[in-house]
Amino acid sequence: MSDNMNDMDQMQLFNDQGRLLNAGLPDEEKALFCDAAPQVDAPYRGIWEKFLNWARSESLWILGFGTGCGAIELRPLMTSRYDMYQYGVQPRPTPRQAGLFIIGGYASVKTMKRIVRSYEQMQGPKFVLGLGSCTVNGGMYWDSYNTINRLDHYIPVDVYIAGCMPRPEALLAGINELKKLIKDGKGENANKYAENFEWYKGNQKKIIKDWNMPDYNW
Amino acid sequence: MTEFNELSRQFQVSDLVEQRADLHFITASKEHAVAVVSALKERYGYTHLVFFTVVDHLEKNEFHLTYMLHNYEKHHDMGVVVKIARENVQMESIHHLWPAAATYQQEMREMYGVEFPGSPGLYENFALEGWEDIPPMRRDFDTKEYSDKTYYPRPGRESHDPREYMKENLYPSEAETW
Repeated sequence: MSDNMNDMDQMQLFNDQGRLLNAGLPDEEKALFCDAAPQVDAPYRGIWEKFLNWARSESLWILGFGTGCGAIELRPLMTSRYDMYQYGVQPRPTPRQAGLFIIGGYASVKTMKRIVRSYEQMQGPKFVLGLGSCTVNGGMYWDSYNTINRLDHYIPVDVYIAGCMPRPEALLAGINELKKLIKDGKGENANKYAENFEWYKGNQKKIIKDWNMPDYNW
Repeated sequence: MTEFNELSRQFQVSDLVEQRADLHFITASKEHAVAVVSALKERYGYTHLVFFTVVDHLEKNEFHLTYMLHNYEKHHDMGVVVKIARENVQMESIHHLWPAAATYQQEMREMYGVEFPGSPGLYENFALEGWEDIPPMRRDFDTKEYSDKTYYPRPGRESHDPREYMKENLYPSEAETW
């Protein structure tokens, strides 16, 4: 990652007081949004954190937001045959109630804006599952003018599920893999996002030219 | 075709092509195209705009705009083709004939850079947001190059010519006979 960080054109993201610039928002809207960068929320120590991680892993609430064609695989996952509820997974209607964001396949620049905004609205600890080849390396849209190639350059990704499309079984395997990671204390990507915030924001702003999104709400 | 003969007396139209019994194409000059389309709608019953599109003929240095009209009474389609040069490409708007044409024109403006002065919402975003390069559907736009420099291609992707790859790896014993 450090190589890529050096590649990035360093854009100005903060003012002298270390506040985000929120460039692109009209002046009257700037006051409505948080202008602080996200903070690292250090994990607790010992058994308490283990207990919390167990609780987090057994109750994954996904954001019901289909960002690509892969979202079609979420419907059979909810029904009786695959029954994701038995794993403690259920969909939620808003990012603020969700802890797991499933990126369903290709993400265009336009979708990326909504993905970033939704991801930032989610409360930590939050996890991202990249579903399908498109999130890994662009898949069949790898040379498109409008589709990103690597999701992990814009938001941190916990688990990738390769395939075009992966079946619901693969999604369940990915969710179980994610559970293992969380129980092992490796689900710290919300903190990674806060630590490398400038790098992520720089990458996002490189592709999103009309940045009229607030850098807000973590 | 009677419509064509009548139109050709009044407007600059040429090249009647009969694609099928129920599909004809005519070519109109840039100046007369909207008048021709308007006449087809008002006088000859072609009341439905099926689509309005543009094709980039880079080799001829031309854009070919196609108005596809449909006559419900005769069940007949009529395509009006307009050839215009690729530089500073501009065309008269037809949103006064079909309001839905404004959406086609908005898309053509964004994807091909064809200007339609006076068309409502022409400069609003259609599919792209904040696009800064040349319009992406123009054929001189190099998608691969743009993607490589913008979207961090993941190393390790390689592609093969399917024919050669199958020869070498899947059917080596039959390769001679191909």
